[in-house]
Amino acid sequence: MSASDPRKRWEEEFAKSRLRDDPERFITVSGEEVPAIRGPEDVPIDHDRDLGYPGQFPFTRGIHPTLYRGKLWTMRQFAGFGTARDTNARYKYLLANGQTGLSVAFDLPTLMGYDSDATFAEGEVGKCGVAVASLDDMMVLFDGIPMGEVSTSMTINGPAAVLWAFYIAAAQARGVPSTALRGTVQNDILKEYIAQKEFIFPPHPSMRIITDMMAFGAAEVPQWNTISISGYHIREAGSTAVQELAFTLADGFAYVEAGIAAGMDVDTFAPRLSHFFNSHLDFFEEIAKYRAARRIWAKRMRDKYGAKSPRSWVLRFHTQTAGCSLTEQQPENNIVRTAFQAMAAVLGGTQSLHTNSMDETLALPSEKAVKIALRTQQVLAHETGVPYVMDPLGGSWYVEWLTNRMEEEAEKYFRKIDELGGVIRGIEEGFFQREIARSAYEYQKALEKEERVVVGVNRFKEADEKLEIPLLYIDESAEVEQRKRLAALRARRGDVGGVLSAIRAAARGSANLMVPLIAAAKAGATLGEIVTALKDVFGEYREPAEF
Amino acid sequence: MGAKIRILICKPGLDGHDRGAKVVASTLRDAGFEVIYTGLRQSPEMIVRDAIQEDVDAIGLSVHSGAHLTIFRRVTELLAKEGVHHVLVTGGGIIPDQDLPKLVEMGVGRLFRPGTKSEEYIAYLRDEVDRRRREREAAEV
Repeated sequence: MSASDPRKRWEEEFAKSRLRDDPERFITVSGEEVPAIRGPEDVPIDHDRDLGYPGQFPFTRGIHPTLYRGKLWTMRQFAGFGTARDTNARYKYLLANGQTGLSVAFDLPTLMGYDSDATFAEGEVGKCGVAVASLDDMMVLFDGIPMGEVSTSMTINGPAAVLWAFYIAAAQARGVPSTALRGTVQNDILKEYIAQKEFIFPPHPSMRIITDMMAFGAAEVPQWNTISISGYHIREAGSTAVQELAFTLADGFAYVEAGIAAGMDVDTFAPRLSHFFNSHLDFFEEIAKYRAARRIWAKRMRDKYGAKSPRSWVLRFHTQTAGCSLTEQQPENNIVRTAFQAMAAVLGGTQSLHTNSMDETLALPSEKAVKIALRTQQVLAHETGVPYVMDPLGGSWYVEWLTNRMEEEAEKYFRKIDELGGVIRGIEEGFFQREIARSAYEYQKALEKEERVVVGVNRFKEADEKLEIPLLYIDESAEVEQRKRLAALRARRGDVGGVLSAIRAAARGSANLMVPLIAAAKAGATLGEIVTALKDVFGEYREPAEF
Repeated sequence: MGAKIRILICKPGLDGHDRGAKVVASTLRDAGFEVIYTGLRQSPEMIVRDAIQEDVDAIGLSVHSGAHLTIFRRVTELLAKEGVHHVLVTGGGIIPDQDLPKLVEMGVGRLFRPGTKSEEYIAYLRDEVDRRRREREAAEV
């Protein structure tokens, strides 16, 4: 390179210049050094081979030729609190305000497979989601909502098969056939062991339940996504963007391998696998993450797993803005954070989006807060012009450089996971849990040293700050009502011993579990009873306590 | 300054969000505390049993699920029943202002919410444990 080389000249001038004096470091949210600039010489890419036009392999630029001109992303706010009746009213409010899909947040007893009247449920019923303990509760939750038209996502993992059975049975009771149902059960148990920690059964039986659901869905509920392979919780637990990307895709590949090992043709179930990512504050890092995810998935599905259908190659994903980026201090600022994160998700080509409400570090969202969050998406969709053009950052030297880097770093993790003996082995050895805990601690230390600035928390603070937004308060009345409802159900229904025995028999053998689960739902068996029957055969998982 | 402060860090209830608990546990360990972290899904009975067996100075409960009133009440009641009065019960998480008076009434110490700097809870723990140790010594004399 000669001295007249422009890049060289810039580098020399930059090196001589004074930079601002501040403890704030130029690092991403994930702690990666950000280069001051990237140029064409940093990014050797071949457009058609490495990016592809939207709808073309490897789908870096998007999965569909029309992207948002064909269909806007689904605006899907995650909601649930109190009893099924309380949450049903919130769903109707959201649909009336222009939301286009539903997303069910269950309370902790439901997530852990306990009935609302169990000892373990005390104090937790309806607190951070809605309590659903039976088919009856599911019927109330969707009362007056057209189950054949609206698509429903359910954030449920350990007992996902049971809640799905309640949903299918509720639709059938309303005359809606399973073939008409559209939606998703999260059902990503691997990330539960890794990050979210709402597991019930040990990993191997959990994988068996999941392959049963994949097979049942392919045959009976063809428009349903049987797993949403989720990085969201991994990121919220403190991982970096690369860890989120790598661990999520590694989980996804583990499900694909389990499906193939169970004797299924990869193209029968892979098109019903969807993904779920976080959108954190580092704008370009997030966009690069989504683009890299699509490319990695497409290449592996085609080249490693031999999928022949392009529908198996495309990575479709839901995004939720980063709850962990929100601050309790000056909560109105969270509206702004969420808007930037939502824009990153759309520039990254998301298929659906949840925008967090400003009050989520304080309580479950109030009606006003959730409406502003939904309006944020509507402004983005209809006022900013961002979704009019496809992959506008494609070809940006920085974004393409970052996309390549994300892929390379993820590949390093894949090799490491292979060396450990696969995802389940890695979980049992605490590998993922330690990696994430370490990243979370590093992040916190950078915050305390003010190498990282959070407005209103470690800089631009206000003395005597007063909270000026209304909060939703959830009292104990949901618990009281749920106890009454369950007592009435147990008195009303017939004997459920037979349907529970049928579940145990299926669990011991190899028949598809969904069939006796749906029968048990219809007979009025409760979530807790069904999960106990499964625990009788599968046992329970306990994780070692490490920090 | 007396002996090292022993603290039990717990995740009570059904919630699995353990990022806060683990970060606090690591921070306290690096600040010279003896930290016992017992992992997820600890019942109030297990927490009180561990606190007594491990002879801790303080219990830190991390609660994000909204079940804080039920959990803190049970833990403070069980400690009282066991005749344990010197152990500080503190913690953090998502705890609305309107619940603070009830928690104070139960005898719960300061609670720390998201965004707290570590120096703040470290200083509080040192001062409060020191004060309780001196009180206990005075009572024993």
